[in-house]
Amino acid sequence: MNIKQNIKTLIVEKPLKLDCGQTINNFPLAYETYGSLNNEKDNAILVFHALTGDQFVTGINPVTKKDGWWSYAVGSGKSIDTDKYFVICANVIGGCMGSFGPSHENPKTKKIYGTDFPVITINDMVNAQINLLDFFGIKKLFSVVGGSMGGMQVLQFISNYPDKAKTAVPIACTSSHSAQNIAFNELGRQAIAADHNWSNGDYDSKNIVPDKGLAVARMAAHITYLSKKGLQEKFGRKLQERDDLKFGFDADFQIESYLRYQGSVFVDRFDANSYLYITRAMDYFDLVKQFNGNLSDAFKNTKAKFFIISFTSDWLYPTQENKDIVIALNAVGANVGFVEIESDKGHDSFLLNVPDFLKALKNFLDKSYAEKHS
Amino acid sequence: MKPEYKIISNLIEKNAKVLDVGCDDGTLMEFLKTNKNSNIRGIEISKEKVQICISKGLTVIEGNAEFDLKQFPNDSFDYVVLGQTLQAFINPEAVIKELLRVGNKAIVTIPNFGHWKVRLNLLFKGTMPITNSLPHDWYNTPNIHMCTIRDFVRFSKIINFKIFKSLALINENVSDINNSNLIFKNLFGELGIFLIEK
Repeated sequence: MNIKQNIKTLIVEKPLKLDCGQTINNFPLAYETYGSLNNEKDNAILVFHALTGDQFVTGINPVTKKDGWWSYAVGSGKSIDTDKYFVICANVIGGCMGSFGPSHENPKTKKIYGTDFPVITINDMVNAQINLLDFFGIKKLFSVVGGSMGGMQVLQFISNYPDKAKTAVPIACTSSHSAQNIAFNELGRQAIAADHNWSNGDYDSKNIVPDKGLAVARMAAHITYLSKKGLQEKFGRKLQERDDLKFGFDADFQIESYLRYQGSVFVDRFDANSYLYITRAMDYFDLVKQFNGNLSDAFKNTKAKFFIISFTSDWLYPTQENKDIVIALNAVGANVGFVEIESDKGHDSFLLNVPDFLKALKNFLDKSYAEKHS
Repeated sequence: MKPEYKIISNLIEKNAKVLDVGCDDGTLMEFLKTNKNSNIRGIEISKEKVQICISKGLTVIEGNAEFDLKQFPNDSFDYVVLGQTLQAFINPEAVIKELLRVGNKAIVTIPNFGHWKVRLNLLFKGTMPITNSLPHDWYNTPNIHMCTIRDFVRFSKIINFKIFKSLALINENVSDINNSNLIFKNLFGELGIFLIEK
């Protein structure tokens, strides 16, 4: 897959000391932008993507040829209005859409890194992306926005750089990955490791792909992004192109067929080792522990205006975990608003057409922006 | 805009940090922001109302005052406003204590169940009173702890908080309540407005 020609890349020269102890420099950070930066350079929004996202937020993704992952929310006249704001999104380090990741060649061995790639954290991802501000000459972002792992990056960003964003919108996320979150990620990683093709991460040199393991990982994860009610309403016990059960192990049910399809399209666009590294980064995320048990301390130096959003049917990052962030912010007198959006669409709600969510996000951003410019 | 909003605003100093508990659609918040330059936050139980507040650019937290006030540290606000909702809480005593923990001062307004129309309603009809400010039937009312202006004054002595200022709203006119006119105000006041302190 020759994707390079469609990818903008910033080579970060400045050394970055990773949480694992290693230092990297001269590494590529792939990014995309939408809209234009105004003369005052105060209309920039840094969007952080989730586990399987990339820098192609909206429009047609030039690599997959499909809609960008946040096409509902980002675009002309949309919640994150590209007529008004300059939207920047970078592929996280550890990812597989051009940023420094396990599918890159290790200059020492001339082979791809695979599992020799250093373990990355959410903190490392954010510290890599701060370089984009210098690159664009932006002193302060108007906003940092992200859902799921993107929301974790929002929290980490504000904690690391308290005066680099005027507003912050963490969506459907948590300040500390729960045992259940870790358990599901481990299930995915073990599915990949159980695929013989994985070869301890060295599949590239053998010209094979652990596609079965990666597909199972995606299928399992996909279930966690939906709600029971949503699944029931969409699929129920409906059969897949057949009138009756076949008394075998083909995909009798539509839900089986749907999951298999989700798994199969995922392996075409995602790297198995990146999946391991990024899920690991999520599991290691514990902002509470970073601040010795007091999450409020993560936010005590910031004047950023927060807006926290959760969804009623999200059981992966439930409302209570989002509310814990609100509570921590209130404890230090931060400016924080919060709303729980009614939706049957589970954790994926933030990526889908959920009008109440899209409206709330738009109103928050546009009103906050108007305040600064009145 | 509700007539008591101006009265509430007059009780609040400029540039103060204010929490509006049960902020509804944010009308009072906007009024205080514009007229008193208040640093204002709201808490509201209804998702629809929260959305309206967000569309006005107000900082509001969706939540239930009975459970969610505990997240605020002591003395987080100069004033905490509780408009016409004390009677709807399961435990009004606990709520009042929380208001006075979170805020240095609190402003509480109560629909007066001692108003003559309410009394006549029960006396002559023999049914639970339904008035403009109390429009619900007994079986669907959110108001489970109705009280009178006089009850609230007594309440302050029982659970031990200070009433700094007490006002009665009669036909959109505001007047002071004191010991000598309490019986009269309790009969004619539609709404009691109290500025209280620990």
